[in-house]
Formats: sequence, C-alpha cells, structure tokens
Amino acid sequence: MHRLYVLPTLLINLAIIAIPAALTVFLAFFRWDGISAPVFVGLENFSRLWGDRVFWTALTNNIIWTAIFLTVPMAMGLLAATMMLVARRGSKFFQVIYFLPVIIATAITARVWQIMIYSPVTGVVGLLQRTGLDFGNPLAETSSALYGIAVVDLWHWWGFLCVIFYAALRQVPAEQIEAARVEGATFFQTIRYVLLPGIRPTITLMMIMTVIWSFLVFDFVYILTQGGPAFSSEVLSTYAYRSAFYDLAVGKAAAISVVISLFGLAATIFYIRIQAREFEQ
Amino acid sequence: MRMSESRATLALVYIALSVLLIITLFPIALLILNSLKPSTEIVQNPLLLPSQIRWDNFTRAWEDANFGRTLLNSAVLTGLTIILVCSTGSLTAYVLARRKIKTWKIITFYLLATTTAPIQLFLFPLYFGFARLGLINNPVAVAFIYTAVYSPFAIMLLRTYFLAVPRELEEAALIDGATHWQVFRRVYLPIVSPGILTVALIIGLYSWNEFLIATTFLQGQERLTAVVSFFLLSGQYSSDWGQIMAAALIIILPVVVLFILLQRRFIEGMAGGSVKG
Repeated sequence: MHRLYVLPTLLINLAIIAIPAALTVFLAFFRWDGISAPVFVGLENFSRLWGDRVFWTALTNNIIWTAIFLTVPMAMGLLAATMMLVARRGSKFFQVIYFLPVIIATAITARVWQIMIYSPVTGVVGLLQRTGLDFGNPLAETSSALYGIAVVDLWHWWGFLCVIFYAALRQVPAEQIEAARVEGATFFQTIRYVLLPGIRPTITLMMIMTVIWSFLVFDFVYILTQGGPAFSSEVLSTYAYRSAFYDLAVGKAAAISVVISLFGLAATIFYIRIQAREFEQ
Repeated sequence: MRMSESRATLALVYIALSVLLIITLFPIALLILNSLKPSTEIVQNPLLLPSQIRWDNFTRAWEDANFGRTLLNSAVLTGLTIILVCSTGSLTAYVLARRKIKTWKIITFYLLATTTAPIQLFLFPLYFGFARLGLINNPVAVAFIYTAVYSPFAIMLLRTYFLAVPRELEEAALIDGATHWQVFRRVYLPIVSPGILTVALIIGLYSWNEFLIATTFLQGQERLTAVVSFFLLSGQYSSDWGQIMAAALIIILPVVVLFILLQRRFIEGMAGGSVKG
C-alpha cells in the first residue's frame, strides 16, 4: 500500500533522469547527429577527446574553477559569518542583503555584470578607461575571461555560504566559547580552536557540494563568453552543450558528460557517506 | 551566544561587514539606477543619477520582451512545478521519514545520488527523445523535468518536517480506525504544511529563475519563459541598455519582494535542504 506513495516520484525520476542517463553512457560509444541512426564507434569519442586541445582547456578550467570556489567564497563566507556573530546587532539585516544575489536569476546577474560593469561602452570598466585607468574588458582577454566570469559567480554565490555558516555557528554551544574566553583565548584563537571545529561537518559538506557544483558550472560561462575568446573560458558543460546542439556531435557530447559525471561521482560518494550517517540515527 | 569584544574590534567588524554590503549592493544599485535612464546617459556615465526619469524604458521592455505572454508562461510553469513537487514529494517524504517500506534506504540513497547528477548526463537523450515525442515547447513536459530535478532536494527537506511529527498521533488515529491514507491526509499533512509552504517557495524560486532547461526545451516565441525572453532581448547586438535593465527589474521584483517578506522561510529552507541537522 505505502509502496504506491513513492511510485509517482520514482516514475518521474526514472523517466527523466535514470533512463536518459543510462542512454548517455550508451551514446558515448556511438557517433550520432541526433537524427539518423547511431553508429557504434567503440572508444573513438574518448580517444578523440584525449587528443582534443579544447577538451583539456575545459577540464583545466573546471579544475581552476574548483580551486577558486573551494577557497575564496569559503573564506569570505566564514569570515563574514564570524563577524556577524561578533556584531550581533544588525546581523539579521546583513544576512538578508548578503543573500539577495542568491535569489536573482543567473541570466540576469550575468547580463547586469556584462553590461553595467565589464562593458567598455556602458560599464564601470569603460568609465575607468575614459578616466585613464585601462583594465581592458576582462571578458574579452584570453588570459582573464575565466576569472572575469568567476568574479560574477563569486558575487552571486558567497552569500549562500555565509548564511549557512552563520546558521551553523549559532549552534556552537555558548559555554564552549565562554570557556575559551575565560581561559584567555584571543579572538582569532577562539575562531581557530572553538568555532571552526564546531562547524566542521557543515564546512566539509559545503566543500563536497562545491566540488560537485564546480563541474556543473554552465549558466555564467554560457551567457558571458560562450566559452570564448578562443575557447579560453570553456568548461566541460558548455563544451558538451555546444557539441550536442551546435555541432550535432551527440556522441562526443555524451562522452564529455561521462567525464563530468566521473568527477562528480567521486564527490557524490563522499556526500552520500556523510548523509548516510545522519539517516542511521 | 556572547562574544564581547573591545570597541576597536567591533568597529573593524562593522567596517568589514559594510564593505561586503556595498560590494553586494553595488551591481543591484546600478541595475535600478540605469533602468531609469536613457541609453545616451548610460554611455556617458553609468554611475550618475538620471537627469530625468525614463519610465518608458519599462513600457518598451514590457512590449519587446513580450512580458504579457512570457511572465504568464513563467508563472504557469512555476505553478505546475510547485504542485507536482509538493504532491509527489510529500508522499515520498512521508514514506521515507516513517520507514513505511523495506526499501526506504535504497530509495533514499538513490534520490541523494540524483541530487548530484549533472544535468548534462541526461539532457541530450532527453532532448532528442522529447523531440521525437513532440514534447518540445510543451510547458507540462518541462514542469516534469523540473519535478525530477528538484524533488530529491524537496524530499530531503520535507523529510525533516515529517520526522518532527510525534508518532503517538499516528498510533492514536490508527486505533480510532483511520485508514493509512487518512493518517497521511488528516494527521500528517496539516502538521507539515509549513514545511510544504517553504518547499513551494524555494522550488518556485528555482523554476522562475531556471535558464538551461528552459532555453533548451522552450524555444517557440509564444512558449518562452520571462528569463529566456530577457536573455534573448539582451543579446549581443542590442543597444537599448535602459530597456534591458528595466526588463531585468520586472523579472526580479516579484522575487525580491517575496523574499523580503518571507526571508526566514527562504533562508532556513535553502540551508536546510543541503545542510541537515
């Protein structure tokens, strides 16, 4: 009887995610344009990727992206959250403002940054250029495009981490902090030896999620640079998307998706193991 | 919790928090400011106040982004997704939280695994499959995709609300002769309804803002969502920047108002779905 209750969820999930995901793994071994009959090519899609310069650029960019997001927004979020804990007054107000970028659609955030900040014609960068401070358009340079996009995603993202860390910090028992203060611990010692260990499970979980999300990053890259200039800001997900829908190389796109998933899989295993502990209770 | 600091430390803390505040608000302020300016003034200086307020940016944005149609499309898609996720999700969350079936563990792990599955892993076969079935440009089909993608998150969050319901209530109802369905419908649902509202808000936010799936599956002029319509309007070759900012403001305004009014629910829900306990 209760089995029927989970049926709708499982049917939808199987039809939309599980079966197409299995088909993707299958398609990675075929050449297919999406219309005619697929042709089995064995490992050709993968061996081509191995020799594909753009693929390696995209993979490297995903790794750089992961490194950036494991450090910068984590540090910003932790720092701001601890400061909110110290400030107390007004912390609720700061929290709401910091969270605002999280709820704005990525397509809108991307365009606002592109037009109002990075554009040499209408943006703040252009205004600075006219006053003699020439940075150039960060999105138009092969050396800086990826970082220009990362800044936008950082702006969009760090407030989420801040709010989560703040919620976790408030759960740290007050006695522990009091005790540390009485023992004469300085502000930074209290953070290092009481607060950070107190919220370690939350930090670990957020780091695992960051790794997973970093290999999925799509919207900001697709909207801001389409992976350009000259593929310098290409990531695996945009490369797969353009291969499938622009070049109609669905087999190649499937092979890239399998690579993305392998990276995600490692992080997912950690994620499930951590969550499993909670379910055992 | 208390952490009393010296005045100097406190001052430094407030300065640092305010700097972060300004960084956060600066692009939003630019968006609002320039939505009221003519393009010539935006080109001159994006930071200056408008010499005269141009409300016609909003009327042109409304027309060119076809908002009469596309906002409605977004609302319908969002509404459908909320209904699908909340109805199927609360049933599953109930069964998993109360361990009503032997396979609850397998199903839980399976759902956890799909929360982290990359969209690209199922997007391409899904697109070509839907194309063959004539489901492209079909908002109901897209609502089902959103449901599949968002329900694991929703179920994990709802599960915590079901866990908080005392078992005694269920036992008492069963002794009084209630059926299992009545227990779910009359005992559990009213108690977890705040949780369902939270889930509805967050899933609504995600569906309203979603870009990748909407731009792939809804391409017909009359089927576009507001966000995708904005994306096309603001494409590389347009130069009516005041209008673009006005269009952006129209889409985010309902979201921001709702968020300010119900911020505790949003924040607790979004944090609760990924960090449990």
